Amino acid sequence: MADVLHKVPVREQEAKVRATNFEEVCYGYNVEEAMEEASRCIDCKKPLCVQGCPVNIDIPGFIRQVKAGNFEEAARVIGLSSALPAICGRVCPQETQCEGKCIRGIKGEAVSIGKLERFVADWAHENHFVAAEKGEPNGKKVAVVGAGPAGLTCAGDLAKLGYDVTIFEALHQPGGVLLYGIPEFRLPKEKIVAKEIELVKQLGVKIECNVIIGKSITIDELFNEEGFDAVFVGSGAGLPKFMGIPGENANGVFSANEFLTRNNLMKAFKDYDTPIMRAKKVVVVGGGNVAMDAARTALRLGAEVHIVYRRSEAELPARVEEVHHAKEEGVIFDLLQNPVEIITDENDWVKGMKIVKMELGEPDESGRRRPVVVPGSEYVIDCDAVIMSLGTSPNPLISSTTEGLETNKWKCLIAEEETGKTTKEGVYAGGDAVTGAATVILAMEAGKKGARGIHEFLSGKN
Amino acid sequence: MYKILEAEKLADKIYKMVVEAPYVARSCQPGEFLITKIDDEGERIPLTICDFDRANGTVTIIFQVVGASTQRMAELKAGDAFQDVVGPLGNASDFVKEPIEEVKNRRYCFIAGGVGAAPVYPQVKWFKEHGIPCDVILGTRCKDTLIMEKELEAVAENLYVCTDDGSYKTHGNVCVVLEDLVKNQSKEYDIVVAIGPMIMMKFVCALTKELNIPTIVSMNPIMVDGTGMCGACRLQVGDEIKFACVDGPEFDGHLIDWSLAMKRMNTYKTEEGRAMLKLQEGATHHGGCGNCGGEE
Repeated sequence: MADVLHKVPVREQEAKVRATNFEEVCYGYNVEEAMEEASRCIDCKKPLCVQGCPVNIDIPGFIRQVKAGNFEEAARVIGLSSALPAICGRVCPQETQCEGKCIRGIKGEAVSIGKLERFVADWAHENHFVAAEKGEPNGKKVAVVGAGPAGLTCAGDLAKLGYDVTIFEALHQPGGVLLYGIPEFRLPKEKIVAKEIELVKQLGVKIECNVIIGKSITIDELFNEEGFDAVFVGSGAGLPKFMGIPGENANGVFSANEFLTRNNLMKAFKDYDTPIMRAKKVVVVGGGNVAMDAARTALRLGAEVHIVYRRSEAELPARVEEVHHAKEEGVIFDLLQNPVEIITDENDWVKGMKIVKMELGEPDESGRRRPVVVPGSEYVIDCDAVIMSLGTSPNPLISSTTEGLETNKWKCLIAEEETGKTTKEGVYAGGDAVTGAATVILAMEAGKKGARGIHEFLSGKN
Repeated sequence: MYKILEAEKLADKIYKMVVEAPYVARSCQPGEFLITKIDDEGERIPLTICDFDRANGTVTIIFQVVGASTQRMAELKAGDAFQDVVGPLGNASDFVKEPIEEVKNRRYCFIAGGVGAAPVYPQVKWFKEHGIPCDVILGTRCKDTLIMEKELEAVAENLYVCTDDGSYKTHGNVCVVLEDLVKNQSKEYDIVVAIGPMIMMKFVCALTKELNIPTIVSMNPIMVDGTGMCGACRLQVGDEIKFACVDGPEFDGHLIDWSLAMKRMNTYKTEEGRAMLKLQEGATHHGGCGNCGGEE
């Protein structure tokens, strides 16, 4: 008899081994494990998990099919709501979304919804099952800016409705953060990302890489010269933030974006032409998923890695699984600590970091307890590289070249939450370009809403 | 793929290519740059746009071999192709955006050092097309490394060529020539635009500060994506940190922290050198230099 209180454990690469390679950490469920885990779902009448899912996948619906061994049907159910399930099954913060609401979680562990989603999506890929079909062409053209999670989702949904969709991507490959940001060991590029993008293309979506909207061609030109009827902007977050502390421009200080882009997009770990610094001891500043990714990447490139975060473990914004994996692999967490200076040698290379210890005071506006400096707690840690993972601020490229497209005080595009409608007619937006740095699944939700908004706009405009 | 229509070696390690890149050609302006990537394994290489043909959808690039990817680029011939060309990136030069009457009322002196002749050319050509005369100082190490002399001669009102070793025209660097023009030949310049190696731009800026001439420089720091994402290209400009790719690449040269900018260029020197050596020496590269530890 299965232990109904606990998840069926998922097989993983052993921590010591995986800390030295870039192969995927988690192997996922096989058929037997998936069916056993699915049987833990009690198929609630009012499934809270569905409310917890930003794209409202019929979770009990697909799990019911897994339980019965109907994986094709399960894939079809997921496909109604999500175009990128193999990705979401791997990178969604399930513990705060679907699994966080699961009734099973009250007495024991939630049903492993993420791993089941991943199982179904991987099964569908392996068996070449295509869940969605392109719609009857309606003769209308939509341009999508950015081939990340928001743009791909929006494009896929519009193609299903019959629109002629072209995605314009600034980088040389589609995927956005799925490609440059999230590392191979968490989200395989060829096996998963490329395949899910291929499915979006099979819906008839065209992807043009190396086109920078706002520079190569403007949004107004897309309307006036290229005959597009609407535009969705899913251009992502953009400029990396730094702390503004002394020494931050020294050699050996990188933004997490730079470090991860060199490794993931440019494949520096494979000894391609793009160089990456293989440091001996790295301090990563920040506690989000990007910080975990940067830390675990630096570790795999051979460094001793410390994560310095100013709050405590409970406040780490990263997924629980990433923190757990990072610890298993040997990343050292220096919590309740904050850098005040980067110390450099005579040639301006990083040689250490001056850090103060913190304690938690009263809650701040974010509801999290505000860290305050412990007097006299300053110390120096030796290191030869620092990776700043403090989030990003919006890229001005599109807003500054598009008249009528307004931004808020944080320079994020202003867009209605339910439709993605911006201040410029026919232009919709969603994802990090609107919200600032968030998650893949929230960008997908915004992509879906943007597709609905565009469909309403263009349907009413015959 | 982005087809190479012409490929030519201009001087030692300096190459010129005409490449099909319709999106760049349709909208690029003087001052902007592009990024090329040769193939899957190649680096993204930021290059200034030397010339463009909007009707034919082509751009002209000039580059110098500095690392493994540029070495491989140098081996490409007409008929070959780049896997990726993206642009235009960065911002157009200020004069492109300013009221033409204001630009006409100023006297510009362009200073090109080495391969810096490539980005200077479209700017001077813009002046010629708008009927605004300007002077150009073209400096290089020696006669053999001189490029773009004829092209610049055709668009500049006066072209002053100098070589560090005196093997051609004036003996001396660009600063010597500029100082002579201003101090001895009573030339008056309202703006200097200096583009070339950082060390040259640094010395030009030191001189023009003394001469009290506002000076624009074009920065080409380490870059990955070129769209504002990586922050590798950050520079200290006055009190602010600026990203060369989205805030520049042209800046007020008198505000640049040159020593920091030059140090940051060394970040990957060792790695780039290693990649280059490995390429040149092939299977025989086993760490003879004593610095890199060789290949495992």
